[in-house]
Parts: sequence; C-alpha cells; structure tokens
Amino acid sequence: MIFRGTAWTLGDHIDTDLIIPARYLVTADPAVLAPKCFEDLDPALAAKIAPGDILVAGENFGQGSSREHAPIALKGLGIACVIAKSYARIFYRNAFNIGLPLLECQDLQAVTRSGDRLAVDNDAGRIINETRGTSHQAAPLPEFMQRLVAAGGIIAYTRQKVTARAGGG
Amino acid sequence: MGMTLTEKILASHAGRSRVRPGDLVEARIDFCFANDITAPLAIREFEKIGVPTVFDRDRVGLVPDHYAPNKDIASAEQCKIMREFARRHEITYYYEVGRAGIAHVQLAEEGLVLPGEVFVGADSHTCNHGALGAFSTGVGSSDLAAAMATGELWFRVPETLRFVFRGRPAPWVTGKDLVLRVIGDIGVDGARYCAMEFAGEALAHLTMDERFSISNMAVEAGGKNGIMEPDDVVLDWVRPRARRPFTPVYADRDAEYARVVEYDTSRLEPVVSAPSSPGNVVPVREAAGVPVDQVFLGTCTNGRLEDLRVAARLLAGRKVHPRTRMLVIPATPAIYRQALAEGLITTFIDAGATVSTSTCGPCIGGHMGVLAAGEVCVSTSSRNFIGRMGHRESKVYLSGPGVAAASAVLGRLAHPDEVLGRTMAGVDA
Ligand code: SF4
Repeated sequence: MIFRGTAWTLGDHIDTDLIIPARYLVTADPAVLAPKCFEDLDPALAAKIAPGDILVAGENFGQGSSREHAPIALKGLGIACVIAKSYARIFYRNAFNIGLPLLECQDLQAVTRSGDRLAVDNDAGRIINETRGTSHQAAPLPEFMQRLVAAGGIIAYTRQKVTARAGGG
Repeated sequence: MGMTLTEKILASHAGRSRVRPGDLVEARIDFCFANDITAPLAIREFEKIGVPTVFDRDRVGLVPDHYAPNKDIASAEQCKIMREFARRHEITYYYEVGRAGIAHVQLAEEGLVLPGEVFVGADSHTCNHGALGAFSTGVGSSDLAAAMATGELWFRVPETLRFVFRGRPAPWVTGKDLVLRVIGDIGVDGARYCAMEFAGEALAHLTMDERFSISNMAVEAGGKNGIMEPDDVVLDWVRPRARRPFTPVYADRDAEYARVVEYDTSRLEPVVSAPSSPGNVVPVREAAGVPVDQVFLGTCTNGRLEDLRVAARLLAGRKVHPRTRMLVIPATPAIYRQALAEGLITTFIDAGATVSTSTCGPCIGGHMGVLAAGEVCVSTSSRNFIGRMGHRESKVYLSGPGVAAASAVLGRLAHPDEVLGRTMAGVDA
C-alpha cells in the first residue's frame, strides 16, 4: 500500500506515558483516547494531527508500560504509520497486534521536519520525503511479523490456529 | 555451546532440545495474568478468538490493583468487566479488593510463579519474576488474550546480557541501587529485545525482596526479562509457597552471552534517577539538597516488607519534615499485616506519614497522591517519565527505600547517612 501524509517529528525514547497518560486508561475507546495523545509532551499536538498523518521518531519509540491503549490511541488519531529508528519491544508487538503499521528507518528523522510531506510504500519499505526531495529505505519486516500482519494481528492469527486445531481434532 | 537460563527455559517450553537467539518459538505458558487496566481490553479480544473458556482456570490471574479501590465510575466499570469475566469463567486466582495487592508482588507471594517456568502478564513489570529463576515478561492485552485462550505465545529468543555483581554491597546500596546503576550505565534501551541475567556473589547478600527490585526494573533498560539463577535463597522462599511442582533451571557453564558487565558492588553508592528518565542516574550525594514535597514508599518495585523495614528504621522516633508529605503503601495485604505485626505501621503514622491500602496508587498518577505543577517527589517506584505521577511540570526522583525515608525526614533529597550518622549507618546497613 502506498500512502501520503504529513510528518510529525518526535525525539528519542518517547514513552507510552507520553503517548497516552495513565490517567486516561479507564477506557480503551480510541475516540476518547485520541485527543489526549501527547498531552504531557505538547497539549496542542493531538489537535494538529490529521487522519493519514505519519509520526517520525528516533530511538526506542514506545518505551515503558505495556498499555495497548498507546497504539490504539495513535490509531484513533488516524496515524497512518509510525517510522522510527527503533521501538521498545512491547509497543512493537502491540502495534502489529492491533494493526498500526510500524517502519524502522535510520535516516529519515534527521532530515524530516514537522509538516513535511511523506510518501510511503509500506510493502517495499520505501519512504520519500517529498518536501526535502530525499528517499529512504526501511528495514524489512521480520518474516514472522509479516505472517502476523497477513493474518490480521495476533487475535485473528490465534483464531485461525484454534479453528485449525478444532478441525484437525 | 550451551544455553543461557532464558534459552533453556524457552527451549523446554517449546518442546525443543535447544534454541538460539533469534529463533522464533511458540512456548507453553505456565501462568498468565492481567490487571484492571489491561484485562478489560484482553477480555474483549479474548471473546473474538472463539474458544469457550480460558486454557486453564488455575493458570490465569486477574488482579485489580491500578485503579482499585476504584477512583471513579469509569474505573469501577473496568473492574466490573474483569470481575464478571472471572466469575463466568470460574477463574481461581481472581483477587477482590481487600485481598488484592499489587499483582507482581502478590502472584509471587502466593506461589503462582515458580523457578523454570514461563510466565506472561499484561503489564510491563512482569519481568519482576525473573528473580525466581522464571522466564517472565510483559505483553499487551491482545497477546495476553491469545495466551489465555491457548496457553501458548510466540517469542523471539533473545540474546542474553549478563550483569555480574561482585563483592559485598557498600552500606545503603540496595538491590534498587544496583539496578538503577545498570540502567544508568547501559541506558533505557541498552537491553532492548534482550534478556538480562543477573549473577555474582553480591546477590547472596541481597534478600529476596531486594532481588525482586532488580528484576522488576529490567524493562527500564528495555529488557525482555531480568532473570537470576534460583539459589538457596530463592528455593527457601519458594518452596513453602509453591502451588505446583517445579524444576529449577540453571544456565549451562558454556552458555554464550552477547555481553558481560561486571560491578564491584563494594565500591558503589546509593543513587537516584533524576527527572525525567530512569536512565538519568546520579549518586544521591550529588542530588542531595533538592527540596521535596512528597515521598512515596510503595509499588511493585519497592513496596515489600524489607523496604518498609528499612524506611521504618530511619523514621523511628523521627518526624516527616513539615514541608513534606509521605505516603506509604504496602504492596499486598500480607505485607501490610506483617508490617502491622512488626510495629512498622505505627512507626510510619507516628512519624506523620499516611499509610494506605495496597494499590499502585500514585505510581501512575491516577489517584492518591497525584502531583501538582512544580512539585517534587522522591518515589521508590520505577518510572519518572514526564507526567507519570501527575502534572507535566512535576518532577520525580526514583530511589531505594532508605533514601526515600531520609528525604522525608529532612524535607530534601538526602542520603540515609545524613539522618543516622555515619557510624550508625555502618552498623545498621
Ligand atoms: S506499582 Fe507502578 S509500576 Fe508497579 S504495576 Fe503498579 S503502576 Fe505498574
């Protein structure tokens, strides 16, 4: 899938408390969580992000708590995908499980400014910063993650697994 | 080449004779749990899988600890979802308010996680149980739903980083100081996707409670788990509690480690993580003097009996400073009861601290002790991210229990020596 969106840049080690503060974790409703995203980082940011926009971040995006509410809130904001240098492991699993695409790219953040227009070919991992005229390559998805994404996340994957077993037995 | 502790446990649970870092395995889960924040979402996803009930009702734990006793109507609704699911599926280890403590502390205390086992929890601090020689890691709600449904989950076998603590820890250097030192040195992503294995003769000088503090914070370095070999201290602690038979697992002598880091613990000193990252570690002496509005002693990291004992020793016969408020939250009802029996609770109340029912409380800034703009808190918890305990302009210093209690007495960040005096500290610690 190829899509275009506006970039919002963030730094290193963006933690899940910054993505969605714990005080709002009394619901998992994306529509309720979305406007609270990044409230403690920049209270005005969530309102500026439009559906289809892309987050561009540094190292260790999503560190901290296991709250699946973090990728759910980002999806609720309409974030098309996150492109970071690296991800914390629980956030990484959670995002794929709920269908928020993540790309790993080392050299995009340094050249990108908030407001830049990006074109992303999710399958090929090609990223073009149209504003700066630069092109970038994301790391290929590990094979198992591809299978998980193809299945539609861990829940669909598990449903297929238990159905196959029930059929086989 | 042999296998590390983590590799051996994952291999045995995946029905393989050996695994290597990078392998993907579907491992059998011995126990899984969720809390009042993560369970409602896990239950919603579980119901989409299409299994009639959980894989084993004796191997699923549900613990209301974050916003329980409920702070508002919304949190009450979340707890209700979990409670009703527990009743419907006859979950053996559902704990109601009054019997519930902070899940990580309680599930270990109840003998529901054992050496050699694989344990997953929908909470990042599930790495806590590595101190028992189990492979224990945090996952999100959807992964937990899959584990509840099938009793299995996929893992990438991690590389292992080994941290060897040599010598006898210097006075006032607790398990918390050791793990903060490690996080400060390798950084908050220094162990990303990796297993952390803690070893060395210094561990023999640490109580079980201190060891839990170390494993508990592996996730703050990005670690997948934080494991230790189950020595006699572990086995003596586990045997009277164990609810299932278990087989301790030990690393092969020729196991391969991605990296080995050694510490001479006799040369370390008490440290804090300054705002606003657990990796921002400085010696207490360098941070001493910062005025403190609130001190919080509690959490899955340092709300255990030994932590309360250390703090009570400093607070006995003293008062919390007039400009400071101190909150004490024993992590479980059993710890609370024992603290009561030992007179620790009276010591806290006499000192002017408040003592509350077992809950996560102010650790996540949701209720009970939320910080206002500009306030400074010394907390025995594990995270001091921006806004973690309240207003985005509040500041949190992470410390061990001794530093927290000393800071409460002096109303400013303080080394325990400043309260007890050097000579006493030498005897005391
Ligand atoms: S005490 Fe804090 S870190 Fe531990 S489980 Fe509760 S909220 Fe999480």
